[in-house]
Amino acid sequence: MFKVLGKATKITVLSIWFVFTIFPLYWMFLTSIRPVREVTKKFYYPHANSTLDSYRTLFKQYAFGTYIKNSFIVSFAASAFVIFIGMLGAYALARYKFKGKSQIMLVFLVTQMIPGLIALAPLYLLLSKVHLLNTLFALILCYVGGMVPFATIMLRGFLQRIPPELDEAALIDGCNRFTALFRVVFPVALPGIAATFIFAFVQCWNELFLAMVLIDSDANKTFPVAERSFIGAYYIEWGGLAASVMIGIIPTVVMFGLMSKFMISGLSAGIVKG
Amino acid sequence: MAASVHKLVRKDGKKAQNILAPLWFLLPALILVAIFIYYPVFATANMSFKNYKLFDQSNIFYNGFENFRGIFKDLHFHRIIQNTILWVSVSLFFQFFIGFGLALYLKSKFKFSGLYQGIIFIPWALSGFLMGLVWKWIFDDNLGVLNDLMLKLHLIETPIPWLSNANWAMAAVIIANIWYGVTFFVIMILAALQGVPNEILEAAELDGCGKTKSLMLVIIPYIRPTLILIILLRVIWITNFPDIIFGMTSGGPNEQTHILSSWLVQKITYDQDWGSGSALGLIMLGVLFIFTIFYLLATRLEKESEGE
Repeated sequence: MFKVLGKATKITVLSIWFVFTIFPLYWMFLTSIRPVREVTKKFYYPHANSTLDSYRTLFKQYAFGTYIKNSFIVSFAASAFVIFIGMLGAYALARYKFKGKSQIMLVFLVTQMIPGLIALAPLYLLLSKVHLLNTLFALILCYVGGMVPFATIMLRGFLQRIPPELDEAALIDGCNRFTALFRVVFPVALPGIAATFIFAFVQCWNELFLAMVLIDSDANKTFPVAERSFIGAYYIEWGGLAASVMIGIIPTVVMFGLMSKFMISGLSAGIVKG
Repeated sequence: MAASVHKLVRKDGKKAQNILAPLWFLLPALILVAIFIYYPVFATANMSFKNYKLFDQSNIFYNGFENFRGIFKDLHFHRIIQNTILWVSVSLFFQFFIGFGLALYLKSKFKFSGLYQGIIFIPWALSGFLMGLVWKWIFDDNLGVLNDLMLKLHLIETPIPWLSNANWAMAAVIIANIWYGVTFFVIMILAALQGVPNEILEAAELDGCGKTKSLMLVIIPYIRPTLILIILLRVIWITNFPDIIFGMTSGGPNEQTHILSSWLVQKITYDQDWGSGSALGLIMLGVLFIFTIFYLLATRLEKESEGE
């Protein structure tokens, strides 16, 4: 009796949350395939007059091809860089005992309470001094800088799980520390590295405010910034906005969907034990 | 374990390198953190005592505590503080308990549980700003699907002014934030739950613990350090998360749905009053410092429990 009741509750709770989670996206999808003129009329079912016009607008009227490309470049480059630099730091923190180690950990940990938003103005001024404003490179630098602490801490957690005998063997075989790290440890730590990479990628892909402040020209806009062009002073172009939302979520959702199972195990190894 | 590696290096006669090696490895990370995280903190502190408006750059001078005074005297200051507390506490409360419940359900596999997990994790992969816009569309007073549905189901007689009334708008942004943040807790708590050794659970069962009992007496104490840590991280994170509000209301109507961080964004981007924005940033940092103390205590707690 209790068992049946428990199971019924479980199914109900899980279903309700499922509907709640998926509804906004479902609704955005419906909005994106409605004829633009009908967008502001209420209706609930996909009709026969569904159209991909809103999607076409993205690439014809707006340069969404460019924005998506920009976002990809920035997110990939920043995530790759941060993994490389984070791995170096994490290796030192996981494998060596040295003076000042706990202080360095503290330097990384304290950053987690600093609101990233306060960096907007100083970084704008700094980057304008070195003439990097309005470049994707500036954005990549800022993202890498901002993500280094979390990546280092997280990767350290993964590296601690790998037996040190592995790199010792590599050192005996003639590797130096650096080659031991990237030839021997790196492949073993790959699940953790992939999890960290996805975290970093998602963060970059969705970052709005730095991109808003640092990038001015249309040619260098990233995806979330471009999204704002649908918002006029008096009305919002819901059709185009909905279509762009549907496109913009694809990369991160696909990544997440493919990796979600393994992210959990990766996380329970890394963060929880870190 | 590290000791044996040391010995190995010493045999090669590279003792000096051994001391410096970890620092070389850490150098790139430390330089980046210094430039992109710590330098901005000092620059912000400096700027917060200046009259610094981006559109009036010929008129920049130190003005003492004028920016801070301006913030405390601002008409909306009390409302914004209230909103921030409400935003953080209500969001956190629901995100945590819903997340915990879902994690417990998802811990035991069922048919399609992998697929289910993949789908309910989606919000985390999405941009807060974009989802703010999506929820704005749903909550829209006249065109929104929510009012329309509720009217059709006769739950309400007249449309609720979701986004044009300050209190309803606050409720709306918090609902959107709960939607957005539950995933984080599910992932983290699920990860923690899977770290609980099966032997402990079996032992509890042998001792006659029911499900509720083993949850309260075995599982929660075991993952407690993780819970403390993620809650504190989350408090900081939610405080610094203006994206949803920025997308849904931009702080409106009449600045009534601003929290500290969205107010900061407005000062920096729209008002371009960087002096005042910096002062606000510094205040936020001070507020969060209190949480940092808790945060450090919590990480120490976790470290201790690691020695089990």
